[in-house]
Formats: sequence, structure tokens, C-alpha cells
Amino acid sequence: MADHSVRLKEEYSFLERVFQINWGLILLLCVVASVGFAALYSAANGSFDPWASRQMMRFGIGLAALLIVALIDARWWYRLSYPIYIVGFILLIIVEVMGHVGMGAQRWINLGFIQLQPSEFMKIAVVMALAKYFHAATPEEMRSFRFLLPAALLILAPVGLVLLQPDLGTSLMIIMAGAAMFFIAGAPVWLFIGGFVAAAASVPVAWQFLHEYQKKRVMTFLDPESDPLGAGYHITQSKIALGSGGIEGKGFMKGTQSHLNFLPEKQTDFIFTLWAEEFGLTGGVFLLALMGIIFAYGAWIAIRCRHAYGRLLAFGLTFNFSLYVFINVAMVMGLIPVVGAPLPLVSYGGTSMLAVMVAFGLVISCNVYRDSKLPRM
Amino acid sequence: MIEKDNERAKQFTRRAFVMGALQGGILCVLGGRLAWLQIAQGTRYKTLAENNRINIKMLAPSRGEIVDRFGVPLAVNQQNFRVLITPEQTDDLKKALKKLHQIVELEEDTVTKILKQAEKSAAFVPLEVKDNLNWDQVAKIEVNLPDLPGLSIDVGELRSYPFADSTAHIIGYVGAVNKKELADNKEDPVLKLPGYKIGKTGIEKALDGDLRGSAGNVEMEVNVLGREVRELKRDDGSVGNRVVLSIDAELQRYTQERLAQTRSASAVIMDVHTGAVYALSSHPGFDPNLFTRGISEERWQELLYDPAFPLNNKAIAGQYPPGSTFKMVTALALLEAGAVNSRTTAFCPGHYELGRDRFHCWKRSGHGWVNIISALAESCDTFFYKYSTDIGIDKIADMARRLGLDQKYDFFLPEERPGLMPDKGWKERYIGQKWQPGETVVASIGQGYIQATPLQLAVMTSRLVNGGRAVKPWIVGMDGKHAMDKHNWEDLGIAKEHLDLVKRGMNAVMLSKNGTARASQIPVEGMEMGGKTGTAQVKRITKAERRAGVKNEDLEWRLRHHALFVGYAPYTNPRYACAVVVEHGGGGSAAAAPVARDLLQMAQTRDPASTQIVSSADEGFDILRQPPPKKPSFFKVNSNG
Repeated sequence: MADHSVRLKEEYSFLERVFQINWGLILLLCVVASVGFAALYSAANGSFDPWASRQMMRFGIGLAALLIVALIDARWWYRLSYPIYIVGFILLIIVEVMGHVGMGAQRWINLGFIQLQPSEFMKIAVVMALAKYFHAATPEEMRSFRFLLPAALLILAPVGLVLLQPDLGTSLMIIMAGAAMFFIAGAPVWLFIGGFVAAAASVPVAWQFLHEYQKKRVMTFLDPESDPLGAGYHITQSKIALGSGGIEGKGFMKGTQSHLNFLPEKQTDFIFTLWAEEFGLTGGVFLLALMGIIFAYGAWIAIRCRHAYGRLLAFGLTFNFSLYVFINVAMVMGLIPVVGAPLPLVSYGGTSMLAVMVAFGLVISCNVYRDSKLPRM
Repeated sequence: MIEKDNERAKQFTRRAFVMGALQGGILCVLGGRLAWLQIAQGTRYKTLAENNRINIKMLAPSRGEIVDRFGVPLAVNQQNFRVLITPEQTDDLKKALKKLHQIVELEEDTVTKILKQAEKSAAFVPLEVKDNLNWDQVAKIEVNLPDLPGLSIDVGELRSYPFADSTAHIIGYVGAVNKKELADNKEDPVLKLPGYKIGKTGIEKALDGDLRGSAGNVEMEVNVLGREVRELKRDDGSVGNRVVLSIDAELQRYTQERLAQTRSASAVIMDVHTGAVYALSSHPGFDPNLFTRGISEERWQELLYDPAFPLNNKAIAGQYPPGSTFKMVTALALLEAGAVNSRTTAFCPGHYELGRDRFHCWKRSGHGWVNIISALAESCDTFFYKYSTDIGIDKIADMARRLGLDQKYDFFLPEERPGLMPDKGWKERYIGQKWQPGETVVASIGQGYIQATPLQLAVMTSRLVNGGRAVKPWIVGMDGKHAMDKHNWEDLGIAKEHLDLVKRGMNAVMLSKNGTARASQIPVEGMEMGGKTGTAQVKRITKAERRAGVKNEDLEWRLRHHALFVGYAPYTNPRYACAVVVEHGGGGSAAAAPVARDLLQMAQTRDPASTQIVSSADEGFDILRQPPPKKPSFFKVNSNG
């Protein structure tokens, strides 16, 4: 144990690695992304411009990034976990200090060619850092408060910064993803029960700290009809669009709600609505099923992995992806308040697309290097 | 170490399954929610989505034409050109209006009104700037349209009456819908259209439901801002039914012109066999086109306060004592009751005494010996005074009613009045006194309480000369599926020889050397007429006046006698009956008979009875009296709702 050097038990050739890549998973991602292309093509009234063509380009870039990330040795990602976390954290601070205003919240860094959203990368970085932290943990350590506290700080530090932006949705998602990491890493169950009770108890306190528009969103969610022309408008119109789709949908490019602009932000947050309006229950369930298969695929990769880092990383990232899907779909169906979360891979948006593809690159890397031995710190 | 690793891996797998189950559960919830929205609530949301996207606009149906018996249009829809402005297509609304002002004059307050409207409505909604443009103005705007962005010309419909004054009382006119009319016509949404006009008087009112047609609608797809994206569906509705009247437009026009030679008069020409009304005029009239295009307050006041009541249709609503034209009723009643026969005579010394009362004949010197024919021809009052008390008022009243007085015919002219035929029961009911024999004497020559309309007098004349059939007047060609000109009128059950005697008396009015209207005979062989003059007192002649020899012409116009005449032609085989009342015209033979002569001559010259009335169905319109089909009520949920 004194030897801290990294022991590489095996080296794979390039071809072996390519062979180990989960092409099935990539195919699934392509299908889901194609749903997005079709929906964006429809959203632009039957035009690749302005959304579908760019989204395809971004998916191409994302796919390249995915393959590069997947082919890099998982042990390198293991070593880079903390540095990446630190870089992400610094970016969050930068965005807080000099980020410019977009959509009423400071979330972007304009790098000239791309608008970078550090919180997207932070979600991956937090999972990587936690995976590394819990990699060598013993069952005893997992029950030790002193061992778990630093891990909790790894989550709460970026959450604090994201809350300052302010971005309640992303903060909650980081917390949920972190909590999932704690759970699958083996943290005691009472921790979650206690955490849940504490969270419930803190709701009235947290309410005081919410911004006015956030309060309004929650209130509107609880009673959308109270303000049908104001904040409840989005939910109401989205429900009308979904419901009017019926079983078979109105047909491709024939969604009246989306094409007559009754549906707000149809190319981003409400893209699922557009899809399900035009393709109905059939299309909606098809897309949800695809998502479900991707979740299962990620979980299967995680379980097969022979090192804890890979298991935690693959599962954590897949779970993160599923959280996105759940929150977006639940939102457009009026099950949770409007939080402004895109549907990953489908919604129009560069950073989100890239983040998802990189995350799946890491998942696949965990599959390629599933039998590698990783050091214990 | 390895064991511990295995143990952790197993724990990971267990917890991963728990998480997986959780994810699967959430997916099921989402799928379920989607199914609930799309299947269970699908219909509701489909309706909401349709309401969002579809804006239903109603289209006003074209109002049905009204034509005369030959198909000559009496009420038509004229194109009404309007200039509209769409604010968003102009660079500057104010400047655009200024530019338009250089071409077509606009009033100051129209400009301010439009500017105010533009602030309130969406920029893509066209606003009406001016309507009723004439061709010249339309052409000028049309030519300048390239320099006038945002302006457009739109064609609407305006009700127009080609015969203006002469048919005004029959056709009536249309006007804006008032609150009461809106409440009475709840099931027809078309009345709510801005600018929609509804029949206000005459046939336009009586047959409004048939003329109206059914509203069409356009379904427009609108976006979230309400801008129209495209037309989805168009139903032009159906044009209102064509209404064919029994009127002969040319005869009607002639009648109106002929009456215009008097100050105030009315006349009816009808078919003695079919009951078709060929002309029905009331002078003075008014131009109904003024009402559809907007009438000035000044002109309106003039019409309203004219002592000759131009707005009233006096041919059906004017009620006058029939005077001597009533003598045929008395004569027939006497004959039917057996009180007189063709050989019965009476001596007329110029008056008749009943008890202490003296009743004067119009001829102070008296007629000498008269029988029933000469009594009619010379209009001797004494003959009728003398025998009327033998049969009493009730028998006279009964004959009057059989001949068509004291009733309404309800033939689609809403103004019609019933007149009045008094009898014993009536006096007790309404005045609370017993009938006096002297009143029978007065009634026998058509004075006293008796009142009749010119229409009723024309009907009476028709029944006298058509063989005693209960003909009724009609003006609309079809009643249900039933063609009115084919109607078989029932027999009144009056003895033919009695009718013949009365007719001979009326012939003698025009033919015998002492006939009261001998001077007014039609000078065309084969067209000669028969008839009866009448003079109705407006003011009772006092004894003092009689002694002073005050003449009717010396009285103020409104106190002078009404002049009446009823006639028929040709007298050999009557076809046309005519009744004329010249208000305050003086004596019937001088003032009314010449008018009736001209009218009957014209009627025979045009001879409308020889041509069959055009069918109302020949242009695809089916049944005239059928109400328009009911449309579903139009609803529109707020597009943002």
C-alpha cells in the first residue's frame, strides 16, 4: 500500500479499444438525437435553418468528443478527476464575477466561438470527483461522518455558487446527483431518511431565500389556472399541446400549438411537447422508452465494471442524464414547476449537448477499461 | 481486500437495482401522465387547441331580392364601396390619412376616430375610413393605391330601392338592429354582426326571416397574436329568399304619380277574382333609400311632423268613414232582408224625418221618386234612410262584415288597421249606451262610427262584382307551398240577382244621365267602368252653417270632407277593383272619381292580370315561408385561454 505509483496491469491497442466501445449505446444516442433533429426541423416550420442544421453540427462535434473521451484510458480520467473539478469550480467563480446576463440569470461565459455554461460541466465534474473520492472507501469509512463530510462539501461548494447565479434547478440537480452518488457508494440509508426529513423541514426557510420569479413559478405550478395568461401560460399551453396530440399525434409538422406559437420556447425546453403533439402518445412513449434503454445500458456498464471508480462514474453520469430527462418531461407535463431544464440530446443547445456527449464518452471509457486495475489512494 | 471489493461490488449492484427500479418507476409515471393527457383528456385538450387556433368569423348573407309580379326588382342589394386602412402597412397612419384626404374628403372627426381605434386594436386589423363611396371616388383611390400603402377598397352590400317613393310603403326599409330586435332573435347570430341591417317596416319587416338568408362563416387559423395565418374553411351561407309580390311596379309607379296631384291621398288596385293587389299607394311618400344611407335629422323631423303623414301607409292604415260608398252594403242588406226589391220606390223631398229628427239628403232639392238603382246612381240618401230602420243596424253590420269591412287581412303588411263597423253590441260594450234608431239612419250612408280603409273598400267592391265570392287581398305570391293566384275563394251566399241589382246601380253611377260620376267615365270603348262616389264628413255640419250656406271649399284644409271613390272595370266583366281616398279633397265625384278613372284605365291598359305571376322558386329558392335554418351558436374562447 505504500506504493503510490499507478500500476497499469494491461494496455489495450487502439483497435481493441475501438472494439470495446459500446456502439449500441452510441446508436441509441444517435436515434434520440435524430428525434431532436426532426423536432427542430418541424419547429422551424420545415426548415433546417436555424436550429436543426446547427444541432446536427453540434451533435457531430459531440460525437467526436464522445469518441475521444471514450478512447482515453479511464485511469487518466481517474487521475484528472480532481483537477477537472477544480477547473470547473474556477469557471463557476468566473461566471459569478463576470458572466454576462442571459435569460435573467448569470450562467454563461462567452468564449467568442461558444457560450460556455460552467454549471453543465460542473455536474460531470462533481460526479467524477465523488467517484474518485469514494473509489477506495471501505465500508467502515462509508459509515464514518468524518469521511463523508469532505464529500458533502464537494457537492455543496458548487451548489452554493450555482445558487448565487441564481439557478435553483441546476443546484437541486447537483444535490440530487450527489445524493445518488452517496447512495450507490454505500452511504448508510438513515442518512437519506434524515436528509429527506431535514430538507422537508427547511422548505419554509428556503422559501424566504427564493427569488420572486422562482416563488411565482412554484405558486403557478401549484395552481396553474390562477394565472392562465401569465406564468401559468406555459404549463397550460404545453398541456393543451400534449393532450391535443392524442394517440397518433397531429402528424409531422402539423402541430398547431407549436406552429402558431402558442407553445413557448418550443425548440428548447418544450421540445418534448412539440414531439408528442405531432407524434402523439406513440411518439412520446417511443422517446421515453429509448431514454429508459439508455438508462439501463448505463447501469449495465456500471455493474460490469470491475473497479469502483468506473462503477460510480458510469452510474452517476447515467443517473445525471436520467435526472435531466425526468425533470424536463415532468415539467412539460405539468407535474413539477417550470424550471427551465432542457431535454438532453433533443433540445436545441450547444453546451448541454456537448456535456451529455462527454458524459457518455466517460461512461463508455469505463466500459473499455472495465477490467483495469485502479490504484487506491 | 478482494473480499471487501467483492462485498462493495455486491452492495453497489443491490443499490444500483434500487436506483434502477426508481428510474423505471418514474418513467412509468411519466408515460402514464402522457397517456392520461393524451387519451383520457385528449378530447378536452383537442377542443382547447382548436379554440386556440381557429377564429370563426361570420359572413353576412346577401339579403333576398323583392320583385314585382313580372320580376322587376323593387328591393336589391347595391354594392357599397368602402375604403379601409391597415395601420401596420402604413409608415405613418396620420400621414396616410392626410394623403387620402387629398383624394377623398375626410371629416376631422373621422380622422381622430380612426387614430383612436388604431391605438386600441391590433395593427393588422383593417379599419373602415369611409363608406358609400361613389364610382368616381373609388376610381380615384384605385388609381392612387400604389402611393397609398395600407389602404384597400372593400365591397359591402347596401339595400337599395329602385322605385324609391312609390314602393316605400309596401317594401318598407331596413335599419340597424336595436336591442329589442336582438333579444327577439336570439337564435340567429347574424344580427350581432356590426353594421347588419334588419327590416324595419313593410315587407322588409314582415318577411325579414325569409329575406335574411343564413349566415356563412370563415374559419381562420390564427397564431398566438391573433394574426390570420390562412383560411381553413369557408361557408358563404345562403342568400335570402326572393320574395315575389303581386304588385305591378309600373302601375304602382303610375298610381303614386297620379296621387301626387293631390295633397294627400291613397289608393288600392286589386284583382276582383284572385285578390292580387296590383298597386297600393299612399301619398305623400318618402324615399326609403334615405334610411339605408343615413337620413339627416332635419329631413327626419320633416317626415315625422308632416300633417299628411308621409311615413304612414294610408291605403291600409288610414281609416275613414266610407260615406256613400257604403250604400252598396246597405242596399244589399235591404235586398237580402227582403225589405226592398227592384220595384220598391221612395220619395225624396231632400230630407227624411224620424221622430223629431230631420236627416238631410245631400241634394237639398230632393231626388223625387227613386228606386234602388237610381238611389245608388244619384246617391240619394233618403232611400237608404227610410228603409234602414226597417232592418236595423245589426243586419247592415253583418252585410258589411261579409263584404270585407271591419277586419284585418294580415297579408304581410304590418301596419294594417281593422276599421270599424258598429252594431248594437259594440255600442253597449264600448260606449255603454243603447243603440238609437237615428244612428242606423246615419250609418246607412256610411257616416257615424263606421270606419274603413281604402283596402277594405277595394275588397268590398271586388266582392260585389266578382259574383259574391269572399276574395281576400294578398301581396306575396306564395303562402307556404300554396300559390295565391290559384286560390278558390268561397261563395258568400248572397243572391245573384241582388248582387246584379247593386251592380246595375253602380254602373248607372257612371252611365246614366244623372249618375254622380258620369263625367269621369273612361273614354275608351270596352274599358268603361262602374263605381260609386263617396264624401265623408270630417266635421259635422252645424245648422248655423247649413243656414249660412258655408261651402266645403271655404273650410280649412284639415276640416274639409274626404273624397272617396270605389270602382271596377270593365263594367261588363269586371277584373280590376279600385278604391281611392283623397283626404280633405271635397266631393267624391269631383276629387276622387277622376283619379280612379285614370287608375282603372291604366290598369286595363297594362292588364297585369293577363300574365301569370313569376314563381319565387325559379331561381332555386324553395319555400317562401320557411324560417332560415338554425345555425349552431358561435362561441369563441379567448385564444389565449
